[in-house]
Amino acid sequence: MAAITLRHIVKQYGDGFPAVNDVSLDIADGEFVILVGPSGCGKSTLLRMIVGLEDITSGDLEIGGRRVNEVAPKDRQLAMVFQNYALYPHLTVFENIAFPLRLRKSEFSEEQIKQKVEAAAATLELGEHLQRKPANLSGGQRQRVAMGRAIVREAEAFLFDEPLSNLDAKLRGQMRTEISRMQRRMGTTTVYVTHDQTEAMTLGDRVAVLRRGVLQQVASPRALYEQPVNLFVAGFIGSPPMNFLPGEVHGNRLRLPFAEVEIPQHIASRLKEGSLVVVGIRPEHFEDASVLEEHRRAQGVTFDVDVDVVEWLGAELYAYVPFSIQGDVARKLEELDRELDGEGMRTQLVAALSADSRVRDGDRAQLWFDPSRLMIFDPETSENLSHNAEAAQEIDRRNEQERRASIERAHQRELQQRGQTVAAS
Amino acid sequence: MNTGKLTTSQRIWWAIGTIVVLVWALFPVASILATSFKLPSELTLGTFLPRTWTLDNYEQILAPSGAAQDLFLSALRNSVGISLIATAIAVVLATLAAYAIARLDFPGKRIILTTALGVSIFPVISIVTPLFNLWRSIGLYDTWIGLIIPYLSLTLPISIWTLAAFFRQIPWELEQAAQVDGATNWQAFRKAIVPLAAPGVFTTALIAFFIAWNDFVYGISLTSTDAARPVPAALAFFTGASQFESPVGAISAAAIVVTIPVVILVVLFQRQIVSGLTQGAVKG
Repeated sequence: MAAITLRHIVKQYGDGFPAVNDVSLDIADGEFVILVGPSGCGKSTLLRMIVGLEDITSGDLEIGGRRVNEVAPKDRQLAMVFQNYALYPHLTVFENIAFPLRLRKSEFSEEQIKQKVEAAAATLELGEHLQRKPANLSGGQRQRVAMGRAIVREAEAFLFDEPLSNLDAKLRGQMRTEISRMQRRMGTTTVYVTHDQTEAMTLGDRVAVLRRGVLQQVASPRALYEQPVNLFVAGFIGSPPMNFLPGEVHGNRLRLPFAEVEIPQHIASRLKEGSLVVVGIRPEHFEDASVLEEHRRAQGVTFDVDVDVVEWLGAELYAYVPFSIQGDVARKLEELDRELDGEGMRTQLVAALSADSRVRDGDRAQLWFDPSRLMIFDPETSENLSHNAEAAQEIDRRNEQERRASIERAHQRELQQRGQTVAAS
Repeated sequence: MNTGKLTTSQRIWWAIGTIVVLVWALFPVASILATSFKLPSELTLGTFLPRTWTLDNYEQILAPSGAAQDLFLSALRNSVGISLIATAIAVVLATLAAYAIARLDFPGKRIILTTALGVSIFPVISIVTPLFNLWRSIGLYDTWIGLIIPYLSLTLPISIWTLAAFFRQIPWELEQAAQVDGATNWQAFRKAIVPLAAPGVFTTALIAFFIAWNDFVYGISLTSTDAARPVPAALAFFTGASQFESPVGAISAAAIVVTIPVVILVVLFQRQIVSGLTQGAVKG
């Protein structure tokens, strides 16, 4: 197990296009880090550079304190799970898992190999499939074989390249928790690439958001969600995505398409009179005014809208309110939408309301929101003007504590279980 | 696996279909086999089975005293040698070409494939006359090389196409996976790629061999003596024991003898051929 350090890593292809541009990242020993971003952001390239399948144009890559830029993949002692699992179709499940061990013939006896493979198969519940060929397994089973092959290595770190994207939604959820449990139990440094922000949010101790090869923000999922540094991170993290509205500064008030709010004191000083800003508000920070208690209602701002479409999901209700925007802000938001693999559809506000809400398609409704939840972005630089670095650090600090505690707990449980099995035998 | 689910009527139709195809394909072979055991005097009787079974025809082409023995054995030697060499060259070249086509991105990739296809659809008969003249003037006429080169033009295109299609299905990520698992480049190639590529290469080699083995037009046009004449061409030069005897018996016997290696190859390597043709099922 080892820490992985990336220092000013650059990947330039033959045509000079930087797929990865000056990425620096410290991955602590035992940490679970997610690389996330829309397609083509360089996250897979970055992972392949860590594992050694892709040359590093410039910068330093250290694994366990040793610079490994020129070290061949086989000598980096990493284990990788590929997107399409890359199982050897001519070998049985047993031989697939044993493959890395057999390559180091001198180190393991046949007996040890058997023992290790069976132990790995037992944790992944593959015991009864050991003699089958990969072609006869289901997607989830293949996925577990690929993980088994990674486990037996006792590698310095695990690398995952979109491992769940070929599975159906239900299985994906199961495998997600399986990976999370395995990582906690083994405490192995893990780097995980995905474009799915649910996976990013649920699995990662820390999440690194990439955009066009440039690292945007590295933080705990919670810090990313509550304190994104810029428009891109804010728009990428969260589902349904954050609503972006144009806002006009008038004195200490901000004029939005639906309402007018007071600008919080600490931001007001950074805004010019009459300037345009992009205002972000998460769907769940809206509420149907009619279902709110009086005292909460007073804390926020209410406004009337025509609800176009309503989606009732049981636990909550999404209300869609179309609106139109023009000018610079519209261009900026269009560009952002394209980058986030959007379809350039009409601009609409999404509000996640309480399931009790009686709002239906075509209704005129009164919505409520708390202005202190607003995020304000500079349309030129995309910077989040309402970003609170201290709060973000505090969230990360707490997250790090929780991570250590959780690994500790997993170790304790492991020891206990071992104690029990010893006692039982 | 699914046969258990066939209904009775479906099973009957399948059986009928199979029988029709088998009769259609195998009747000529059975007829030649029967003919090869007939006495020369019985050839015109019109019965399917010989009245008296005899090995005379085989003696004629194989036994040291046989009339056609010289002609046949030298032709057999030529056929085996030329076909094997043409196959070996075609497979090696096609493997390299197909590997490049499947794995690398280079300008002219399409042109290679189209050219290969273009060459293979050219009618052999239209090339053979100019080739005859050319071969005579540069001294390749009636030599092994003089046949191997045109055979390559027949076997290479199909080899390149089948191998390229086959290589495209190999998940090359396996090579990288093996490297990450701790294999050297050579180990990764040998342990992860070769086992997957071998059935395809093998199938291609068999197809190429059969094409060269079965050729007649080049064989008869570009040779004049025992030096290079392959079996299909040599059969046309068989004569009866006297000018009043038909050589059909000896020709049938020779045809059976040249069919045997093909049948043996297919039976021996049936599993490789099938796995070569179904390897694509591996990808999930």
